[in-house]
This record gives sequence, C-alpha cells and structure tokens, in this order.
Amino acid sequence: MGDMRTPLGRVRGLGSAKSGTEHFWRIRLTAIALAPLSLFVIGWVLSLRGSSLEEIRASIAHPFVALMLALFLIAALDHMRLGMQIIIEDYAHNEANKLVLLILNTFFTIAVGVLSIFALLKLTFGG
Amino acid sequence: MSKSTATRQRPLSPHLTIYRWPVTMAVSILHRVTGGALYVGTLLVAWWLIAAATSPSYFEFVNALMTSWFGLLVLFAYTFTIFLHLVGGIRHFVWDVGAGLEKHTASRLGWVSIIAAAVLTVVVWFIYFAI
Repeated sequence: MGDMRTPLGRVRGLGSAKSGTEHFWRIRLTAIALAPLSLFVIGWVLSLRGSSLEEIRASIAHPFVALMLALFLIAALDHMRLGMQIIIEDYAHNEANKLVLLILNTFFTIAVGVLSIFALLKLTFGG
Repeated sequence: MSKSTATRQRPLSPHLTIYRWPVTMAVSILHRVTGGALYVGTLLVAWWLIAAATSPSYFEFVNALMTSWFGLLVLFAYTFTIFLHLVGGIRHFVWDVGAGLEKHTASRLGWVSIIAAAVLTVVVWFIYFAI
C-alpha cells in the first residue's frame, strides 16, 4: 500500500536532525529514571560500609538490588551516551572527527554496559 | 574590492573570558562539566562491580584503593558531582515546563541548586562517617 501521507505530514516534527525530538525526549526520559535510581545506588553503597566481599556479593545477588543496579547502569550509560553526543556535536567541528568520536562514544558505552551487566549476572547467578 | 565573508576577520560576540559570570552561566557550564565528569564516574561503578565479580584478591585491591584517603576524596568529589548534575537536571525540568525562566527566579534557582547539592553531599558523607 502506498504512503497516503502528504509531503508535509511525512516531515512534520522531524527537524534538521532527521530524528525529530527523539534525542531531546530520550535524554529526559533517562534523567527521570536516574533521579530515583542514583539515589538508591548511593543509599545502597552507604549501607555496605564495612561489609566483607561475601556480604557485598550476597547483597548484589538479591533480586531487587540486582535489578535496580541493572536499571541504573542501563539508564546511566544511555544518558551519558546521549549527553556526550551533544558535547561532541558542539565542539568537534571537523566532520570526520565528529563521526569517529560519535562512533567511539556509542561503542564505548555499550562496551562498559555489556562488561558491567555480565559482572552483575555472574554475581547474581553464581560463578 | 573587499574580501569574501569567508576569509575576512569577522567580529566575534563576547565570550566566556569577557563576561562577568552570572550564576546562571556558572551552573549552566557546571551542568555540562559535571555531565562529562560523570561519564568517568560511571566507570568507577562498573570497575568496582567487575572487581567484585572477578576475584577476592582483585576486589581487595580495588576496594583498598577506593577507601584510601585519595579514593575517598575522589568519591567525595564524585558524590558532589552527582548531586550538582541531579539537582541541575531537576532545574532543567522546571524550565522544561515553562516555569522559573524569569531572570531573578533563574538566578535564585542557580544558587539553590549549588546549595542543595552541597547539603546533600555533606549529608551522605556525614552518614558514611557516622555509621
């Protein structure tokens, strides 16, 4: 079936970035998530003062803690990737540099994400 | 004949080194700087988690580093950075709904966010040393 929308309808809301308000919206969505999640993580780390590694591992393995940590990491990494993207776009004036930095930014945050989530899974499911 | 606009020296608008810093400008720059610093801060959290999953000896090494006086200093700065960015983010949400944009209100919000971040940081570290 053909596209029934008018040309104006197709571009409306997409703007010069071609992705509309997606970036604006996503950085705020992750920010809303991070407000309570980061407060939880700070409180949780405080509660671990003086704990042994065994006690820390047991605490991480608790489903609620493990899930909150996973959510925190995912939201934080996505949020910082989006934020660093703005910084790169503002200050990298050379098109090639900008592209390389944007790619590295994405690869780097995903690498940190898979490593820390793997660590979290190992701590939760034993190993 | 005049040179083309592309090569002629163009006048520049006053920039960071010219203005006397209003608090709104300071917290705006701080928001970006703290955001950049937190990019590194997340690595500390990831490193600590990975250390806990690696081996007891490696975890002891990382934990000793983080609880040394220098490590605690870094974590103190990290805490303040988190709160500055968190409170600054809430300030941006206030602006996003169209409130607090009047000049004096915005300046007051700037001061409030610095003070709130400092108080929250002190509270967290008071708890750390009290328990």
